[in-house]
Amino acid sequence: MPREGFHRRIKELEHEVLEMGEMVFDAIHRSVEALKNLDAETARQIITNDAQVDRKRWQLEDRCVDLIATQQPVASDLREIIATLSIVRDLERIGDYAEGIGKIVLMHGDEPLVKPLTHLPVMAEKAVGMLRRSLEAFVQRDAKAARLICDEDDAVDKLYDQAYHDLIGYMIKDPSVITRATYLIWAAHNIERIADRATNIAESVVYLVTGTPTELNVSKY
Amino acid sequence: MEPQSKIETTDLNLYYGSFQALIDVNIRIPARNVTAIIGPSGCGKSTLLRCFNRMNDLVEHTQVKGRIVIDGQNILEPETDLIALRRKVGMVFQRPNVFSLSIYNNLKFGLRIHNLLSRNDQIMQTIRQGLEHVGLWDDLKDKLNANAHTLTLEQQQRLCIARVLILRPDIILLDEPCSALDPIATLRIEELLRVLCQDYTLVIVTHNMQQAARVSDFTGFMYLGRLIEFADTQRIFTNPGERLTEDYIRGSFG
Repeated sequence: MPREGFHRRIKELEHEVLEMGEMVFDAIHRSVEALKNLDAETARQIITNDAQVDRKRWQLEDRCVDLIATQQPVASDLREIIATLSIVRDLERIGDYAEGIGKIVLMHGDEPLVKPLTHLPVMAEKAVGMLRRSLEAFVQRDAKAARLICDEDDAVDKLYDQAYHDLIGYMIKDPSVITRATYLIWAAHNIERIADRATNIAESVVYLVTGTPTELNVSKY
Repeated sequence: MEPQSKIETTDLNLYYGSFQALIDVNIRIPARNVTAIIGPSGCGKSTLLRCFNRMNDLVEHTQVKGRIVIDGQNILEPETDLIALRRKVGMVFQRPNVFSLSIYNNLKFGLRIHNLLSRNDQIMQTIRQGLEHVGLWDDLKDKLNANAHTLTLEQQQRLCIARVLILRPDIILLDEPCSALDPIATLRIEELLRVLCQDYTLVIVTHNMQQAARVSDFTGFMYLGRLIEFADTQRIFTNPGERLTEDYIRGSFG
């Protein structure tokens, strides 16, 4: 193949996207655990580690720009690089949402949670599942799988609404918990946004495979 | 709205002796646009280009079958006036082929051959318009008597384009027109082509895929004598419909 070196560099880029994905998975898991246990030490680590995710984003974007400028990619090679640019930005933003939950843990302080977390861990599990499958679809160039991921976003939105109303109920019953309940609503909102970003990644995969920009994140809920 | 076609071939087949260089080529070249023909060496792209003003007639043992319709007339008909055809369908080649004459006489030559103008003031006006059109008038107006070979390669190529333009063609065929030029001169010629396509139908054959992507509105990909795909340039370079096209433009042939 005449452009073996170029295509090897594209594969390496893809591998690094997956590495960045692992960094983000770890941040989401630990942020939800930190919230569940009100673990300030872990929360601080998540906030510090987010700088690594940010750096990874800039490194990968730089690699994409370098490939565009020096290799003049076209067709599926070009779409792969454009999709990668979009995916690393979504991953970086997901890292920010995890970092945001870490900050919420610090703001929450030592007071007990308004209620044991019920919806939030389920939402997080679903969002992480969506994210993992969207990255698998990226590697497999599987537009069909990517489209299916977007359907799952409705379930996360529904859980968010339940968590929201649940927490509003606590506030109405006892206004002294308003601040702590609001923190949990913020955390739930961050996870809901993570699922949205996972659907963005799925959209990038559909674009990469079909060449057609497609809006999949239209909630039926 | 689909642009009106200027050149249309139907089942075009061309043989050099026993070698078939074009196989069932059906292509519609849109009017007043730039169409690029790309493909590996020997795919037939220059042969196809030379069909449009019957330059292949000059090659011995060439046989052409099918139809090539320009403005409703099948130019493969034996009664076609080749002089008139080649005025209507001008051509610019890889290396600038200026004559070893003055700049003025290089331009006047074509007018004389085609008996277009006789009065000196008309000739001067036409030459001026031609040079203005290709952006050379300001630089050359005071040295029209200088030998055309004293010009830079870019200026010579512009002069060749002017020589075609003053014959008032409808179509300009360009066979690798920038292959002898440096990158800056190449970009300037490409800019000129973008201006010219407002008034003329341009067909460019190029090995340089980035040039095809930059300069053309439509692109045809040829392989082993066949037209594999023809579509608007954006589509060809972002999401081609044919695997062969994709492999070629990505450089993953072989």
